[in-house]
Amino acid sequence: MTLTVAADIARDADGHIANRSDWNEEVAVALAREEGIEELTDRHWAVINFMRKEFDSKGDAPSIRKLTKESGVSTKELYALFPKGPAKKSAKIAGLPKPKGCI
Amino acid sequence: MTNNHQPIEKVSIIISRGSLEGVYPGLIMANGARMEGIEATLFFTFFGLDAIIRKRMDHLKVATVGNPAMHLPTLLGAMPGMSAFATSRMKREMEKLDIPPVGEFIEMIHDAGGTLYACKATVDMFHLSKEDFCPQVEDIISVGQFYEMSAGGQIIFT
Repeated sequence: MTLTVAADIARDADGHIANRSDWNEEVAVALAREEGIEELTDRHWAVINFMRKEFDSKGDAPSIRKLTKESGVSTKELYALFPKGPAKKSAKIAGLPKPKGCI
Repeated sequence: MTNNHQPIEKVSIIISRGSLEGVYPGLIMANGARMEGIEATLFFTFFGLDAIIRKRMDHLKVATVGNPAMHLPTLLGAMPGMSAFATSRMKREMEKLDIPPVGEFIEMIHDAGGTLYACKATVDMFHLSKEDFCPQVEDIISVGQFYEMSAGGQIIFT
C-alpha cells in the first residue's frame, strides 16, 4: 500500500515531491522506503519536523551544522538515521526540494 | 542532475597548505562528499598539518601577501595586523554561511564518517608525534599507504 501512495505524486528533476501540498505523514513513510529506510522512528521525525519548520521560515533546508545544533540530533546519529546523505534524504522524506547549501 | 556517468563513490582529499583559505576548500569538499554519501579520506601534508595540530587548528590565518586575488598592494598586506584583520573578516563571513571553525569542522567530518590521516614524511620533518594532533586523526601514514587507501577512488589535491 505504502509504495503506491507516493507513486502517483508529481516529482521534480531530483525526484523530490514537486508540490508540498501532496505531502503527508503516510507519503513520508513511502518516501523513506524509497530511500531504503524501512521505519521512521521518533528520531527520524524529530529531524523531518525540524527540516519542515526551518524551510517554512527560511525558504531553504538547514545546513547539517544547524540541523545538529538545533534539532538535538548529533552528526553521528544523523548519519545513522539517514545513511548515505542525511541532508538530501531527510529533505526528500520531509517533502522538501533538494537543499541548495554546500555545508 | 542526471547523466550517464558512474557516480563518484570515494574521494581522497589532500590538504597541503596551512593558511585559512588553503585549508577550508578541502574541508568543505570532504564534508560535502559525506553529505552526498561519498566515502571521504583526508590526508594532511606539509603546512596543511596545522589544520589538525591541536594548538594551531583554530588559529589559522589568511595570507595577505603573495595573493593577487586579495586585491591589496603587497606592502600594505605585509603591515602588522593585516593578516589578523583579513582573518577575522573572513571568519565572520563564513560564520554567516554556517561554515564552522576548523576544530568543529574536523569533528563534524569525523562524526560524519570521514577519516583523517597525517603525512608521515612531514611529521618526521617537523618532529611531530601523534600527541600533537587532534583526537580525530586516525593515524600517521606514508604516501604508499595513502595510495593504497585511495584505491578505486578519486584523488583531489588542494
